[in-house]
Amino acid sequence: MLTFEPYGNPTYFALLGVALLPLMIGILYGKRSRLYETLISIFFLVLTFGGPKWTQGVALIIYILYEVALTWGYAVYRKQHNSGPVFFMTVILSILPLTIVKVTPAVANGQASLIGFLGVSYLSFRAVQTIMETRDGTLKDYQVMTFLQFMLFFPTISSGPIDRYRRFEADYRTVPDRDKYLGMIQKGVRYIFVGFLYKFILAYYFGTILMPKLQIMAMNSRGGFMDLSWPVVGYMYCYSADLFFDFAGYSLFAVGTSYLMGIETPMNFKQPWRSPNIKDFWNRWHITLSFWFRDFIYMRLVFWFMKHRVFKKPTTTANVTYIINMLVMGFWHGVTWYYITYGLFHGVALVLNDAWLRYKKKHRQSIPHNGFTQVFAIFLTANMVCFSFLIFSGLLDKLWFQ
Amino acid sequence: MDIKATVLQILSDLTGNDVSGAMDDNLFDSGLLDSMGSVQLLLQLQSDLGINVPVSEFERSEWDTPNKIVAKAESLA
Repeated sequence: MLTFEPYGNPTYFALLGVALLPLMIGILYGKRSRLYETLISIFFLVLTFGGPKWTQGVALIIYILYEVALTWGYAVYRKQHNSGPVFFMTVILSILPLTIVKVTPAVANGQASLIGFLGVSYLSFRAVQTIMETRDGTLKDYQVMTFLQFMLFFPTISSGPIDRYRRFEADYRTVPDRDKYLGMIQKGVRYIFVGFLYKFILAYYFGTILMPKLQIMAMNSRGGFMDLSWPVVGYMYCYSADLFFDFAGYSLFAVGTSYLMGIETPMNFKQPWRSPNIKDFWNRWHITLSFWFRDFIYMRLVFWFMKHRVFKKPTTTANVTYIINMLVMGFWHGVTWYYITYGLFHGVALVLNDAWLRYKKKHRQSIPHNGFTQVFAIFLTANMVCFSFLIFSGLLDKLWFQ
Repeated sequence: MDIKATVLQILSDLTGNDVSGAMDDNLFDSGLLDSMGSVQLLLQLQSDLGINVPVSEFERSEWDTPNKIVAKAESLA
């Protein structure tokens, strides 16, 4: 049976084109066929999770039923009551499958959990966010069918971008007018073609051709200070380039395909390599993830800390929350020392960055700000980020412990 | 009490800048506000004006200039 990685090869794109054509003609004439949209969603989900990967498909179905029961149950409950403990329990239950999937390899010698499937981490964000907005009362009209469409929207199911229930619903319930939709088609097609360049040419070169060679060289050059060598430096830049082009390329496919379906899925990258500081970097890199963390972890924790006056100074509150926020992001990537160190590194970087921004504001007159300092800031930020990706890559784990 | 004056006072306390002369400047782009500042703003609005804004109601693009914040506060008061 045919089976694919999403956006993995030309056949997938050919099938995508054929499947989307009737849908696109429909939208051009102001119509959305729910039935047809559901059918092609199921078709592509079966391509991704069927055949030899059927166990993942079963895991997906059970997971979705579980999350529907939780979100629906909570939405019904929330109409009458609003207890804190019930809310916390619901959130914990909704991330329980993800927690099991992430912890299992760490405690079972790298064995993957049986309940895991491609996209489980990304779907968890959508479910948790639905529960949190239901609690806030901003999401009043929870619908099981909309939630299913939102969770199972096939262009973004495997790795995001992470959309929001209310935003998705607004797009999904309307049909864009012809002028707007023609603009969306134009953008969507361009995104997909830039995606080809990123993923199949640049990421292929850096990730598949260059990186394995650099890894072998780095492993053979061990013995110096902390086993570091020039090939390690080369690997760091090569890995960073691959990570960016691979993920930005995938994201462009996902956003482009969404646009063709009349859904404006938010963008994931916005020229991250021109960020002048780490804080700005997180406004440009894997945006839907970092904004999710900002809105549902950082801001909520800060709100809670300040309301209960846990810390005396606002800066302490901000700093502690930065560290917690980025540590959680590290754990989300996986329970390994290098993912957690990566999270900690970015937490500390954000704390230092804020301290520097405060210092700069106070001494505005005496600190030069010109083209040169701007270029230097961008250079420094990009290199800090690449170093953090070296930690993230796990190469250090191989150099030191294998 | 005048909502606009109160909001401007909160903003000037928070950002350390008098923003009344640049009511349409984007406070996030200029670095005067960030997530931390947003939360402080929401808490101040609550204590000074009794306006309750849940965090998930805080859509950045609707709160990014002094004018927009004043309008939001007036509509919620």
